[in-house]
Amino acid sequence: MVDVAPGAGAIGEPMERLEGRAKVTGTAPYAYEHPFDDPLYLHPVLSTVARGRVLSVDTAKAETIEGVRALLTPWNAPRLVDTGDREFAVLQDREVLFRGQFVAAVIADGPEIARQAADLVRVEYEALRHEVDPSSPGREVYRPDAEDAGVEPDTEQGDVEGALAAATVRIDHTYRTPRAYNNPMEPHTTIALWEEETERLTLYDSTQGVHVVRGTVAEVVGLDPERVRVVSPHVGGGFGSKGSAHAHNVLAVLAAKASPGRPVKFALTRRHMFSLVGYRPDTVQRIRMGAEEDGRLGVLVHDVVETSSRAKEYAEMSGACSRTMYAASARRTTHRLAALDVPIPFWMRAPGKAPGMFALETAMDELAYACALDPIELRARNEPERDPQTGLPWSGRHLVECLRRGAERFGWDERDPKPRARREGDWWVGTGVASSMYPRSTMPGSVAEIAHEGQGRYTVSIGAADLGTGTWTALTQIAADALGCGIDRVRLRIGDTDLPPASVAGGSSGISSWGSAVVAAARRLRDEHGGDPAPGARSRAGTPHNPDEERYALYSFGAHFAEVRVNADTGEVRVPRMSGVFSVGRIINPRTARSQLVGGMVMGMSMALHEEGVVDPRFGHVVNGDLAEYHVPVNADVGRVEAEWLEEADPRVNALGAAGVGEIGIVGSAAAVANAAFHATGTRVRELPLTPDRFLS
Amino acid sequence: MGPAGSCAHDRLTGVLTGKPSGNETRSRSGRKPALDTTITLTVDGERRELTVDNRTTLLDALRDGLGVYSPKKGCDHGQCGACTVLLSGRRILSCLALAVAHDGAEVTTAAGLGEGEELHPVAQAFLNHDGFQCGYCTPGQICSAVGMLAEVDQGWPSHVTEDLGAPVEFDEAEIRERMSGNLCRCGAYPGIVDAIREASR
Repeated sequence: MVDVAPGAGAIGEPMERLEGRAKVTGTAPYAYEHPFDDPLYLHPVLSTVARGRVLSVDTAKAETIEGVRALLTPWNAPRLVDTGDREFAVLQDREVLFRGQFVAAVIADGPEIARQAADLVRVEYEALRHEVDPSSPGREVYRPDAEDAGVEPDTEQGDVEGALAAATVRIDHTYRTPRAYNNPMEPHTTIALWEEETERLTLYDSTQGVHVVRGTVAEVVGLDPERVRVVSPHVGGGFGSKGSAHAHNVLAVLAAKASPGRPVKFALTRRHMFSLVGYRPDTVQRIRMGAEEDGRLGVLVHDVVETSSRAKEYAEMSGACSRTMYAASARRTTHRLAALDVPIPFWMRAPGKAPGMFALETAMDELAYACALDPIELRARNEPERDPQTGLPWSGRHLVECLRRGAERFGWDERDPKPRARREGDWWVGTGVASSMYPRSTMPGSVAEIAHEGQGRYTVSIGAADLGTGTWTALTQIAADALGCGIDRVRLRIGDTDLPPASVAGGSSGISSWGSAVVAAARRLRDEHGGDPAPGARSRAGTPHNPDEERYALYSFGAHFAEVRVNADTGEVRVPRMSGVFSVGRIINPRTARSQLVGGMVMGMSMALHEEGVVDPRFGHVVNGDLAEYHVPVNADVGRVEAEWLEEADPRVNALGAAGVGEIGIVGSAAAVANAAFHATGTRVRELPLTPDRFLS
Repeated sequence: MGPAGSCAHDRLTGVLTGKPSGNETRSRSGRKPALDTTITLTVDGERRELTVDNRTTLLDALRDGLGVYSPKKGCDHGQCGACTVLLSGRRILSCLALAVAHDGAEVTTAAGLGEGEELHPVAQAFLNHDGFQCGYCTPGQICSAVGMLAEVDQGWPSHVTEDLGAPVEFDEAEIRERMSGNLCRCGAYPGIVDAIREASR
């Protein structure tokens, strides 16, 4: 039940970001910017082979540079306690598992010195034959373990082959998405300080989860978590890549242990980020559909092959969206991994869902043309009454409402469905639509503490993260309404392991997981201390278990619309207009929520048109590993982008009725752009990104 | 630290055991003064003296040398714009400028744009339109916008200006074009454009 009623005060108000003033003046401290008088600087040396063994590290020249304090190599680096996870077993042995792995590091008095000395380190390798090309013939694939993947990689319902054979209309296409990089504007950064006498380790880190990083670091180093503190009040973007510790955290800790008492600053360069902090793995997705002439699906098959790393398995469930989106009596989804000698993939905004929904929603567009149906009508005809995967009732499925509202807003009906029908000057013009979805998830394990400071002022503490998501503001709004006071009476503290634990800012679960804990803590404060608590009164509560998670299918849905122009002579693709309508439960802060949705849509457009990490199969590195060559949209690439939502509150999801909005904006938006490009040109591109050459034939 | 030759390298720990001698002026880099230069910068109205490694960029001099962290490091290559500051009123990428080449320069960062407690109108407009999310590119965006508006005032045309001879018709296309040196991975461009439109009125 929604027990923080709408209209209570702060929730639903488009409040300005509380840290906004600090951000527009640049005074909000990010990880690197926590002031220390006399820090050391770390610069790493990265492997130049994709697979092999380090034979020697010659540090003689580097050691002659004045100001160099220490050189870490696989021979002398402090030993770690737990080296079971290869990502974190930094400098613990001589194996090279991918190009761009740490093989040495310099610690120096100045950043220029560290960098110069790192350049002077000579590493000799025994290079072994590597395999980095997922499309190379004969590369083996395997089925990931359900336990490791967290979800069953294969599902099957009904008579798939029979239904395919019996279908009147069949679709059978393969869609490809490339390797993509999160590239938050703030590079991953850690300042590590080891205090030997007290055996205390402090990290100033750029992370989506201070407690997550603490847990990993404590385990790897063999310290009681209570001796490790991680601080991260402001995070310059993450989009998933900062959702876990990575090797650089461990390297910074090794350096700190080698230089006790002096903080070691380690900011990855932009180039380092292309091998060390994860990426969205490339996918090959075959989709088969069998339908009646009226568009009703009888069968849906979604088979996925993705790249993983031999250093550490990573499996995202790109085909899982096909288990939930549409009705079909027969259905199969499979996931296979190709483990290669490549850096370790990790979360990038809407893992699985973003690439999976590109494939599924493009295939739906193809089916609409095959059945000569409007793509919105096609989707409406395939609405499942219950979640096809679990058979559970929906907590609220408003996909068709989003599609219809979006169509009206966008002016969808004005289109001539015929492709390559509209030309304006040098430009072919088209419009496209695609559905969106994202689970309404809540993670266990967060705890909030509320203390009454006297005179109706409260301090609310939880180790949550704000990576631009608006957490500072939204949690303050939630706390104010839960406590029945004004937001100026609430002092929020987040981003520090000295505060009660918080789950990671991932899976769009932050607002639900942390917000529910805050609401529960406010309720407990009332229960334990009455409506008028004495100064000093404090209460703690965790994210409550939600029994409706087992009783209902909890999903957000949405609809994307895009207008695309493709230059008839050059193939250049422009997106002057995008529009999205989402069903995401109750909105806590319309201002920050809109920015998240719009930002997701922009990243989806970027996925459609710009982003591709190009691997050189000879050497195993990303050839376009910087922001000049790895394209992300600039201001001139983005046109009008509008996001709105249905007025609703989902009483099944949490006490707030609210679901996260960080990821749903990217899910399906690339398909809307690709479908519009098809409508504009008549050329169906099934492989991202939609570079100009694809339209020149 | 003394001359390099006096440092013993402990092969087991990898830690150089040489200690700073303490009887010479140690710069931030801890090296011979001949490789360093002492310069003065006026940053956000305050005159500051510092000794920099001659290879230090203006960005690192501000951040590591002076603790002025308003300009951000996003790429260190001149590819993202996060380090944009105003140098005598003109926008520059401070990661592509050497500090020693700017001895005596007047630098304004986003922290120094306002008047006392009052935000600069461009910064205020970014707040009004939520022209940011994570905030990391924001100080660079704002410095860039302030510099850009001055360029427009001076009649500088851009790639999208139709008539190079006439005064600039300042519209959304001009804003987008002129602000395209400042990346925002959060995708806050629509808010950034709205903010700059408001501030330019």
